[in-house]
Amino acid sequence: MTLLSMTALLWSGALTAGLVGALTGLGGGVVIVPMLALGFGVDVRYAIGASLLSVIATSSGAAAAYVKEGITNIRVGMFLEVATTMGAIAGALVATHVSTSAVAILFGAVLLGSVATSFREPPGKSGDGGEDRLAGWLGLEGSYRTALEEVHYRARRVPLGFGVMVLAGALSGLLGIGSGALKVIAMDNVMRLPFKVSTATSNFMIGVTAAASAGIYVTRGYIDPALAFPVVLGALPGALVGSRLLPRIHSNVLRLLFAGVIGILAVEMLYKGITGRL
Amino acid sequence: MAWTRWNEERVDQAIGNTLRAGVLLAVAIVAVGAAVFLARHGAERPPDYHVFRGEPGEMRTVSGILEAALRGSGRGIIQLGLLFLIATPVARVILSVAAFAAQGDRKFVVVTLMVLGALLYSLLGALA
Repeated sequence: MTLLSMTALLWSGALTAGLVGALTGLGGGVVIVPMLALGFGVDVRYAIGASLLSVIATSSGAAAAYVKEGITNIRVGMFLEVATTMGAIAGALVATHVSTSAVAILFGAVLLGSVATSFREPPGKSGDGGEDRLAGWLGLEGSYRTALEEVHYRARRVPLGFGVMVLAGALSGLLGIGSGALKVIAMDNVMRLPFKVSTATSNFMIGVTAAASAGIYVTRGYIDPALAFPVVLGALPGALVGSRLLPRIHSNVLRLLFAGVIGILAVEMLYKGITGRL
Repeated sequence: MAWTRWNEERVDQAIGNTLRAGVLLAVAIVAVGAAVFLARHGAERPPDYHVFRGEPGEMRTVSGILEAALRGSGRGIIQLGLLFLIATPVARVILSVAAFAAQGDRKFVVVTLMVLGALLYSLLGALA
């Protein structure tokens, strides 16, 4: 095989990963890392580096559109980025000290967890969690317009949300993923922000979170340009097409199929990690 | 007055434009580097990524990457584009610092500076 044909394979793999990541709502990173590690036999460290860069590209591209629509809450996003960037730096520093097997096992576990949460029922927002003084002091509130009305909201349980965001940042830095699912849980379930606002603001935060660990990965030599470019150039159009298709796909069968694929990847990452065959 | 020019909608538009332009610029540079790299090395055997060696020192610092890119190295140009990609969210945060400062929102100037500090800390090794 030549370098050119391998690059073409990597590009089409990343395109598919970006598409599946967007269609399942899990993001490209969770598909790209197993694809590179299991499918192409790439060392997990190179895989994480390349994935992290594709995460910056896809989330920044999507965030640009959401921000312009005015759904993103920039104040909430900026405040919680303090948590995710701290977590991301810690995660990246830890990643350089743990074995690739340990990273693979954690990755498999997080992957299984993400698949499980993507099928949970939308939580009934019983009770409002009470007033939060921090939310009032920082002005963590906002409103957005729907076709029918103007919806006002204010963040609740800010310290707990902040804590979950530290964890989301750490997983992002450690595993080279966007941690979008966990970020949405922190805002939607914990802080009781509207789901639409949570997903848009999560997307807004992912790029900054990933950039906080990407710098460390560059200096540690985890970013290989020849491997990263087909991944970035493939994942970006894949994610863009996926997010366009998403509102038109009503079939749960397709989502179930993709989730099944990701579940299998999770088990294989766990197995390879435990048997030390990565 | 300053704050009327920095109203929220304007800031949203500016941030959205920064993100889009940054990603487009980064992708364009990466694509140019990729073309140069593949034209020169496309027919060679692909490297073995199964064994982690780490990138050579040159590809780990901004000055080294810049030097390689100016020399016309395909890998150097790709890596430069990837640096622009990492810089895109950083530019967005800098813009937010300016916007909050113009709005006189001191609390959020501090919050945003903390995020900027974390990003610069991460990039510090590459800048040295």
